[in-house]
Amino acid sequence: MRRVVVTGLGMVTPLGSGVDATWSRLVEGQSGAGKITDFQVDDLACQIACQIPRGDGTDGTFNADEWMEPKEQRKVDPFIVYAMAASSQALRDSGWEPKTYEEQCATGVLIGSGIGGIGGIYEASATLIERGPRRISPFFIPGRLINLAGGYVSIEHGLKGPNHAVVTACSTGSHAIGDAARLIALGDADVMVAGGTESPVNRLSIAGFAACRALSTGYNDTPEKASRPYDKDRDGFVMGEGAGIVVLEEYEHAKARGAKIYAEVIGYGLSGDAYHITSPSEDGDGAYRCMAAALKRAAIDVSEIDYVNAHGTSTPLGDELELKAVERIVGNAAGKLSMSSTKSAIGHLLGAAGAVEAIFSILAIRDGIVPPTINLDNPSVETAIDLVPKQAKRKEINVALSNSFGFGGTNASLILRRVS
Amino acid sequence: MSDVADRVKKIVVEHLGVEADKVVENANFIDDLGADSLDTVELVMAFEEEFNVEIPDDAAETIVTVGDAVRFLEKNAA
Repeated sequence: MRRVVVTGLGMVTPLGSGVDATWSRLVEGQSGAGKITDFQVDDLACQIACQIPRGDGTDGTFNADEWMEPKEQRKVDPFIVYAMAASSQALRDSGWEPKTYEEQCATGVLIGSGIGGIGGIYEASATLIERGPRRISPFFIPGRLINLAGGYVSIEHGLKGPNHAVVTACSTGSHAIGDAARLIALGDADVMVAGGTESPVNRLSIAGFAACRALSTGYNDTPEKASRPYDKDRDGFVMGEGAGIVVLEEYEHAKARGAKIYAEVIGYGLSGDAYHITSPSEDGDGAYRCMAAALKRAAIDVSEIDYVNAHGTSTPLGDELELKAVERIVGNAAGKLSMSSTKSAIGHLLGAAGAVEAIFSILAIRDGIVPPTINLDNPSVETAIDLVPKQAKRKEINVALSNSFGFGGTNASLILRRVS
Repeated sequence: MSDVADRVKKIVVEHLGVEADKVVENANFIDDLGADSLDTVELVMAFEEEFNVEIPDDAAETIVTVGDAVRFLEKNAA
């Protein structure tokens, strides 16, 4: 199979717009959480979220107008705008601008989302009930469909290769990158724009996830303390929004044009829990098997993994099950492993989480910095693994693994390696 | 321009993201102002909203220029 490398990165997160703004704030230990002010929350159990800082585009703020015309923004849910921004950033970073017909046909898109345009569906439902079907916009459907993130990106950049989308809840971003890498490995494309995007901070989503008892509810007055993976006082995840997009490229293709190569995608593993619709399997077996599958594909020894970007959502059950599965797979190598949950800082971006976290893993390789698990004051269990509490640390990272686990028992692991 | 024309112009500028000076009487929504078929559906909805009038589908099909819209609304809007 052909080798696949990462040559471009783009992101919009609660810590900022762009890779540099997000990464520097992440490494500093900042939190992107705050009180929700855009809609009524006084009757919701969870009243906080990690939201994208909006502004004129300076100082890491997100200015949607820089990435999509206002008249187009109006037609779509924010998840599509975030995907447009992160994709343009990633393509610009990669320097790849397909111009000939052949180049366009060799470049595809695979962008997923967990729940797509749920905010717009909520609003249109209200319109339908209150004002009738004649008031439903012709852009209602195309602006809410999950694969329209990729659709818009392909139109903007003239990408005529495979046009695909993934929907696997909180594993979406990892599956998108893994599946896109396989399309390149198998020769269906030479370049893929891949990742995940999500805009779930709205009244309906918060009410729904709160009903699942998945969200933090005890930190409404101290939002920045709410996401605290592995800490004994954690009580659920904090919703986040944003997008993470990478440009994946066949190795020789990247080399031939002198592209900057961040890392190689050497492993991708998938598994299913076949256990429960929202809870992870009690023995962590699904997580273990997807990491094992990724390791097998990577053909490396488990001791070569320097860093794990954990799924680590800050839920009471999930964090420890993942930790046990990682301990089981690394065995005696636990003592040299660092594993952090960057959801402590940016919250849970659902379908974008895996893609954003794969990018953090790549940046850890690039800079030799392990991002911290903020708010980890008192770990709920003892472990030989370094959970990188509160402060980033310098460490040479050659191989990183990123985990994502989703509702429905869908699991994905990516393994990324430095290209020397 | 009449009051109706001003209001039509404002809606067209807002929905199609075009310069106001391009929104002239003869301007065709699709050929001159860059609208696609979905944009024209939404434009008609916006006219209905602004002028509190119902524009049936067969009438909507005859509204292809700014002038068509102004004339229809001057005649039918309350």
